[in-house]
Amino acid sequence: MADLLLTDVAKTYGGTVDVLKNINLDIKQGELIVFVGPSGCGKSTLLRMIAGLEKITGGELQIDGQVVNDVPPAQRGIAMVFQSYALYPHMTVRDNMSFALKLAKKTPAEIDEAVGRAAKILQLDEYLDRLPKALSGGQRQRVAIGRSIVRDPKVYLFDEPLSNLDAALRVATRIEIAQLKESMPESTMIYVTHDQVEAMTLATRIVVLANKGIAQVGSPLELYERPENEFVAQFIGSPSMNLLSGEIVETGEQTTVKLDAGGLAKSAVPTNASDMGLKVNIGIRPEDMLETSGDDYAFEGKVNITEALGEVTLLYFDKVGDNEAVIGKLPGIHADLRGKSVRMAAAPDKVQIFHNGQSLYYR
Amino acid sequence: MNPALQGLITIIIGVGGCVGYFYGANLFLDKVLFKAEGPNAGRNINRANQIRPWLFLMPALLALGLYLAYPVFATLRLSFLERLPGNEYAFVGFDNYTQMFAEPKFMEALRNNVLWLVVVPAAATGFGLLAAQLTDRLSWGNIAKSIVFMPMAISFVGAAVIFKLIYEARPEDVAQIGILNHLYLTFGGDAPVQWLQVPFWNNFFLMAVLIWIQTGFAMVILSAALRGIPEETVEAAIIDGANPFQIFFKIKIPQIMSTIVVVWTTITIATLKVFDIVFAMTNGQWETQVLANYMYDKLFRANDWGMGSASAMIIMLMVTPILVWNVHNARKEMK
Repeated sequence: MADLLLTDVAKTYGGTVDVLKNINLDIKQGELIVFVGPSGCGKSTLLRMIAGLEKITGGELQIDGQVVNDVPPAQRGIAMVFQSYALYPHMTVRDNMSFALKLAKKTPAEIDEAVGRAAKILQLDEYLDRLPKALSGGQRQRVAIGRSIVRDPKVYLFDEPLSNLDAALRVATRIEIAQLKESMPESTMIYVTHDQVEAMTLATRIVVLANKGIAQVGSPLELYERPENEFVAQFIGSPSMNLLSGEIVETGEQTTVKLDAGGLAKSAVPTNASDMGLKVNIGIRPEDMLETSGDDYAFEGKVNITEALGEVTLLYFDKVGDNEAVIGKLPGIHADLRGKSVRMAAAPDKVQIFHNGQSLYYR
Repeated sequence: MNPALQGLITIIIGVGGCVGYFYGANLFLDKVLFKAEGPNAGRNINRANQIRPWLFLMPALLALGLYLAYPVFATLRLSFLERLPGNEYAFVGFDNYTQMFAEPKFMEALRNNVLWLVVVPAAATGFGLLAAQLTDRLSWGNIAKSIVFMPMAISFVGAAVIFKLIYEARPEDVAQIGILNHLYLTFGGDAPVQWLQVPFWNNFFLMAVLIWIQTGFAMVILSAALRGIPEETVEAAIIDGANPFQIFFKIKIPQIMSTIVVVWTTITIATLKVFDIVFAMTNGQWETQVLANYMYDKLFRANDWGMGSASAMIIMLMVTPILVWNVHNARKEMK
């Protein structure tokens, strides 16, 4: 139950290989922060640095106002849930959960009380005397979480805790974690995942990591609606946001962009008169694309493939110009669109404008 | 003919014979006995597959039966007989056994064997575990491991000779070539000691040889087991606040317990059979007798086949339960 402050935190291997640099993050008590990013972006490394399993090679990490760079993991007041559960295979569920408390020389009464309470929260009462190998994947993950809860840590760290579970169990456990967080509103949690759905549903704020640094920090819907840069725009949302190159032809409260491939797009992002003629990319999410028959379309193309998912239909357009192939997502069933030329438009408040990869909204 | 050439020919015949047997037998099974064609192709393939394991096992079964199983029964029979002049035998029941148990030298051998049994596997496994853990994180750990493992390549007799030189004692007025006496005198000993003639403790000087050899074996197996421990369990223990000793004893050791048991019992079996070291260094004098050397004494020096066989049966009775347990554990670990 604490605040975390990361100041210019960096990780370098062997003095030459930068993995992370300039990580600045202010995490408030009670937040559930999710680190997402493509594989190899260092999100797990950052978590392990907070845990104390990896050395922090630059900058400063504070937990509750105290610099903990050189404090051993056990004294940082953190608890960690590993992707592989990391249960001690030779200990029963009860021993797994009480191990840390025994090491901390707590009295048997205190230990029993803490284990009993955690087991109740996680519905593990019946399994306390079983070995981990006699448990299912979901139960094992609950034991791993229970091992954290009994220590009553300041900060909970989750390293891809759901990756080893099958799809159905993943959804169920995700909801359990959300409920767990709700029942402990004071506790701070940091959660690493590569799964967008987990990030969007669980997070108070999402930290998108890319290129050794932080690409954007914000609430899930902020990231979805107002991405700061093209990377976040394309990373959040599935299928990813369409980017179309063009040139600003009208500035003011609203901006009009003439697209290289032909169409015209209006955006609610305001621009200055000096932006006239600026080369930009506009971004429109597939689900924001609307079929239109008028002349004020943003994109026109031939539908190469359609994927009918029932609730929506995905339209894969032929590549036009230098842009990546455009994808549209229309509600309902549109089996007849394949092979046809379709015009698409989007509402102005759904159109992002990026210059040199950065959103004009945030300048 | 040159012995080297003879050896080469033997190897070629032996290996060629093996390959020829398996290839030929397989071919015969598939092409002649149960052809994989015609209306019964499926049935024939199944039958051939049922016979194949027996075909392949047969040479081993025959050899083991002839050289292991038969001698066991022959020895058992001999242990109840007494050889009379003129190549005659008389049935004497348990006389050989009762006579043997009455002999002080046998009881000494039995006591020493138990001593070996307690000390050597424990020490070799303990040192092996220590070496495995300590070399694991070192940059030169692999070199250290190779050095610890090297004695495994030395025969028991060779190792015995090396240690005999270590324990060597020369008269006081000449230079000591035995390093133990040299150290002893350097650090204030009065006179050189004949280490192998100090009753009771000389047993431990002999055990040192076997421990020295078996530590390498234990280290290699346990090192592999230690590496098989999931790193996350260790990291979880670090976060739980365990210190290095607690991690080693409460997290790592329990996870490799089954391997430790297999290593322990394997060394125990080697220890029970110990012969060469005692034979080459003291030949059972000065209260260092062990069962295998006692058996050799009776069988080939005293020519007492009855008592020799009886002592062999005692050794087998001691090894068998440990062997069964060892195989049981090894199989459990393989699952």
